[in-house]
Amino acid sequence: MSGPTVSRSTRASRVAMIIGFVGLIVLIAAPWWAGRADLRLMGEIYLYLSLACLWNLMAGYAGLVSVGQQAYVGFGGYMLFALSIFGGLNPVVAILLGGVLAAIISVPVAALMFRLKGAYFAIGTWVMAEVFRLSFAQIQPLGGGSGTSLPVAIVKELGAKKAAREATSYWLALGAAVAVLLAVYLLLRSRRGLALTAIRDSEVAASGLGIDIWRTKLEVYVVTSAFTAIIGGLIFLQKLRISPDAAFSVNDWTAFVIFIVVIGGIGTLEGPIIGTLLFFALREVLADFGTIYLMVLGAVAIVVMLKAPKGVWGLIRERFDLELFPLSYRVRTKDD
Amino acid sequence: MSALLSVSGLQKSFGAVVVADATSFDVASGEAVGILGPNGAGKTSLFNLITGALKPSGGRITFDGADITASSAAARCKMGIARSFQIPQPFGGMTVFENALVGATQGAGLSGHEAEQYAMDVLDQTGLLARANTRAGTLTLLERKRLELTRALAAKPKLLLLDEIAGGLTEAECQSLIATIKDIHAGGTTIIWIEHVVHALMAVVERLIVIDFGKKIAEGAPKPIMESAEVKEIYLGVDPDV
Repeated sequence: MSGPTVSRSTRASRVAMIIGFVGLIVLIAAPWWAGRADLRLMGEIYLYLSLACLWNLMAGYAGLVSVGQQAYVGFGGYMLFALSIFGGLNPVVAILLGGVLAAIISVPVAALMFRLKGAYFAIGTWVMAEVFRLSFAQIQPLGGGSGTSLPVAIVKELGAKKAAREATSYWLALGAAVAVLLAVYLLLRSRRGLALTAIRDSEVAASGLGIDIWRTKLEVYVVTSAFTAIIGGLIFLQKLRISPDAAFSVNDWTAFVIFIVVIGGIGTLEGPIIGTLLFFALREVLADFGTIYLMVLGAVAIVVMLKAPKGVWGLIRERFDLELFPLSYRVRTKDD
Repeated sequence: MSALLSVSGLQKSFGAVVVADATSFDVASGEAVGILGPNGAGKTSLFNLITGALKPSGGRITFDGADITASSAAARCKMGIARSFQIPQPFGGMTVFENALVGATQGAGLSGHEAEQYAMDVLDQTGLLARANTRAGTLTLLERKRLELTRALAAKPKLLLLDEIAGGLTEAECQSLIATIKDIHAGGTTIIWIEHVVHALMAVVERLIVIDFGKKIAEGAPKPIMESAEVKEIYLGVDPDV
């Protein structure tokens, strides 16, 4: 008798992969079928999706509930401006280099922040982001407190014509989102991902089973921060203008991201995707209502937290035992 | 007999509560030792000190010839110490199989097909294979206790620490658990077992250590220890099992 076997893909995940692949091709072709405003909106969606996936990896899996990731969004944005204006680098190279620099700077920040636990860690990261904001506001060549714009000559490196630039910017955002999703997926699927998922569920049991919690968290923090800075660079490449208040906004780069992850389903790979779609749907519907928009967002967040603490995806998963990304292991006996 | 684990002069207190007071004992390779004591005596704290979840304020722990007093919990697991938790700590969002796989990959250092196969073997041994695809968070308490045992075994420990895994079982379940633990012990794994279900303990262990207020108050062969008036009266009260 051959014993039970282990497999990871399910019918739902295979279907999801095919749909995802076809969808990706359609999205890559968007500059040929979508209008200018739609292209911008989709670019923004991709970047928010990336931020949400990264925050989810850090908070939902590694238990690092930071409210200070705007530090790295702003840092990445400023690195784009600094390295391209003063270093003469191509904007894309500048953004990638910004990611590397963010990784380096995140190590001492982590050494300091990891001394704090739970709510103290959250507040600590927020304070750290404020330190970043105030520091960049002191740099006069980058416009100090009022900020600066990306010179036209640098913008033109993305394409001579406006349409070409917008398409490039769109593809960069799409590429970033795909890269982030793929990276998080591959990480979670690996042996390290299994350790990370164990940490998500019980730190005390995880460390008792040979998992180095501190090191794993540090790795996640550094990688997340580096990617977040790259996304930050891409965000301000779309905006073409940066200021300390916009770059280090806790509302734009953390509060909305937390909203997305929480309503979608924290600690799952699918959650941030669903959350991003819901967030933008709400935003587009409520765009004309001014501040009521924020009140509705708040109400939705409260209702979801009370009624479905695992988010919309948590509800779907529990009801239908679905999984779009094949992360789980399934043991099959012969008679299955 | 060479000592696999050696604890000497271990000291730990939380404020005025002393959980380890100059505790010393050795456990030989291949031995099965039971630990008895009233609630709050410091039994689980002793496990926390041995596994590295707690740092002692004094004393020394050596394992397999190496001083591990300053080693992290993760490092101690990799050296071969694994435990079950008294209050089960399942990885609730993962399946039963994945829980076992964490032990096999992170603790025992296996990978790929070998790790999967080993996780399945252990599930088979502990009787949880039929529940392999169940999310651990939905298990019953008894199943969770079995999962604790499974996960610890999957880490391929030289020393297995069991913390009250027989509590609340029916007599039949208890007998099958005893059989499982006897098997594990027969396979060469050294066991230290904290248990209030005395007859289960007596069926497996070769030696008993009794502690109270963090102090070791008796140690020796199970029968004489259980019959000593001190242990009977003060620490086990009128337990019908005795």
